[in-house]
Amino acid sequence: MKRLMSGNAALAEAAILSGCTAYFGYPITPQNELTEHMAKRMVESGGVFIQSESEIAAINMVLGASAAGARAMTSSSGPGMSLKQEGISYLVADELPAVIVNVVRGGPGMGNISPSQSDYFQATRGGGHGDYKTIVLAPSSVQELTEIVPLAFDLADKYRNPVLILGDGMLGQMMEPVDFDGLERPRDYQKDYTLTGAKDRPARSIYSLIFDAKLQEEHNWKLQRKFQLIEQNEVRYETYLTEDAEMIVIAYGMGARIAKGAIKRLRQEGLKVGMVRLITLWPFPTKVLQEMANTVSEFFVFEMSAGQMVEDVRLALGGKGNVHFYGRPGGVIPMPVELYRIISRHYNLAESARAGKQS
Amino acid sequence: MTTAYKPVYKRPKLLKEAHFHYCPGCGHGIINRLLMEVIEEMDLADKAICVAPAGCGMLLYNYFDIDVIESAHGRGSAVATGIKRMLPDNLVFSYQGDGDLAAIGTAEGFHAANRGENITVIFVNNGVYGMTGGQMAPTSLIDQVTTTSPLGRNSVLAGHPVRICEVFSVLDGTSYLERVAVNKPAGVVKTKKAIRKAFQRQLDGAGFSLVEILSPCPTAWKMGTLESCKWVDDVMSKVFPLGVVKDVAPCAGIAAEPRSEEAPCS
Repeated sequence: MKRLMSGNAALAEAAILSGCTAYFGYPITPQNELTEHMAKRMVESGGVFIQSESEIAAINMVLGASAAGARAMTSSSGPGMSLKQEGISYLVADELPAVIVNVVRGGPGMGNISPSQSDYFQATRGGGHGDYKTIVLAPSSVQELTEIVPLAFDLADKYRNPVLILGDGMLGQMMEPVDFDGLERPRDYQKDYTLTGAKDRPARSIYSLIFDAKLQEEHNWKLQRKFQLIEQNEVRYETYLTEDAEMIVIAYGMGARIAKGAIKRLRQEGLKVGMVRLITLWPFPTKVLQEMANTVSEFFVFEMSAGQMVEDVRLALGGKGNVHFYGRPGGVIPMPVELYRIISRHYNLAESARAGKQS
Repeated sequence: MTTAYKPVYKRPKLLKEAHFHYCPGCGHGIINRLLMEVIEEMDLADKAICVAPAGCGMLLYNYFDIDVIESAHGRGSAVATGIKRMLPDNLVFSYQGDGDLAAIGTAEGFHAANRGENITVIFVNNGVYGMTGGQMAPTSLIDQVTTTSPLGRNSVLAGHPVRICEVFSVLDGTSYLERVAVNKPAGVVKTKKAIRKAFQRQLDGAGFSLVEILSPCPTAWKMGTLESCKWVDDVMSKVFPLGVVKDVAPCAGIAAEPRSEEAPCS
């Protein structure tokens, strides 16, 4: 049955249906509907809900609940996400699963409460102190949350690593029809690390302090091997009209929906433009882009930021092909027609440059 | 003829056969031993979960034969909250120093207390940052010389010693707050009693309990061990008076609004 829901509320509902039993959060716009939905639904479903005194407290409550075996989650936006980085670093070091939602708003500083994609670096580079990565999932519709949220909980448990869901203020606030009937609750994993009291088993401990540099290095390599495995197995993306494309747009989240609108217009005028929509921002679909670069030379990156993912695209392509970029930072949402004009200009310039070379 | 000896002292089984990393004369070793004695005597080894801090108490898992999790500096009460809410039938306690609870983690401790979280905080107050080399703590006394208050703590520039028990006592979520000291045998006995009482409060679901333990730190205080013990009596406990600061069972918050009998996640 379809229901009309905001992205924030739908995300919370999808988490409950995925078996989330513990939610801790602190109010911040534009994600408050998520916390409010959790406050209501956790009581009904018998889970734990705490409105914490800060985002720092929330992420550390997540850490405690996760250590106790819970499927635990927290959510926030820009300024609050900065506060959570300490706890995320500890979750990774302790190899504890958790799902963390960032409904991104314009920054830096207090910024504003408009939709933005400016936290890409923070999300995909680890974000806190130390050498680490978190899986980052980028949904682009309310309905897609019914797949992304259970996937996030599953990957968190599977790899014992925090997973970030990177939305934005538009996805969080807008209402769309959503059907939860197809939501598959992720499987329950055997957890041999949780702290429940040393009953009928030896005492356990969870910690990240490893004084001996060689042992700390070994712990780091262990994490890195896990990250390599994630890079091999968990890349997710969607292609749109790429078969005959001469220019590939690379975008994610709501940016990809704006780009789709632009591409529809471009196609009407016969411009062969397609798109790769990233679903995982980390791991990044490096190989996919490298393979496309064998047949396509023009790549156009669109982000609602001053240009962050574009660096990963350049790294992936390693000098192959031409990388074009258009971005709007600060919480501005460009209309598809604006993007259409920009892409069309780049497309035509690239085409005439190719024609010039051939003649 | 065999003589039956009655043991007057033995290592608690829950205290691992490991060498403490603590300095000579430090109070942590005594407090560690007391905790394991109480848990053993109350038969709570299979229920106890300890949240260890950053600071001198960070290696508790090397000594405690119970489940232990490390927390980031100051976040012990928040981590303990997360665990306890999921496992309401377990005994969950955090072990926190004065920098941990009275400076960087004030918000987490204060609000866990205010919510009446049914956890116990073992608050070790030695008036100094020990592990990092003897810097001024929020509980350092006025005129106390530390590496970051070389002329003595100046209240105009650096504020006043924080009395956590008294601050928390006005919160309706707190059930039991006592300040003790481990500088002499009578104090050690009292400390053990206080820990036992705080744990019992938690088992009874009475709300937040905290035992503040004045603990000598001869290394950072730059004193001899005996001198340190004497200083706790003569100077430190004048600013931090020993005794029960609050004793309400259950805490006012719970009395006003009884909690559900059912565990939140059963």
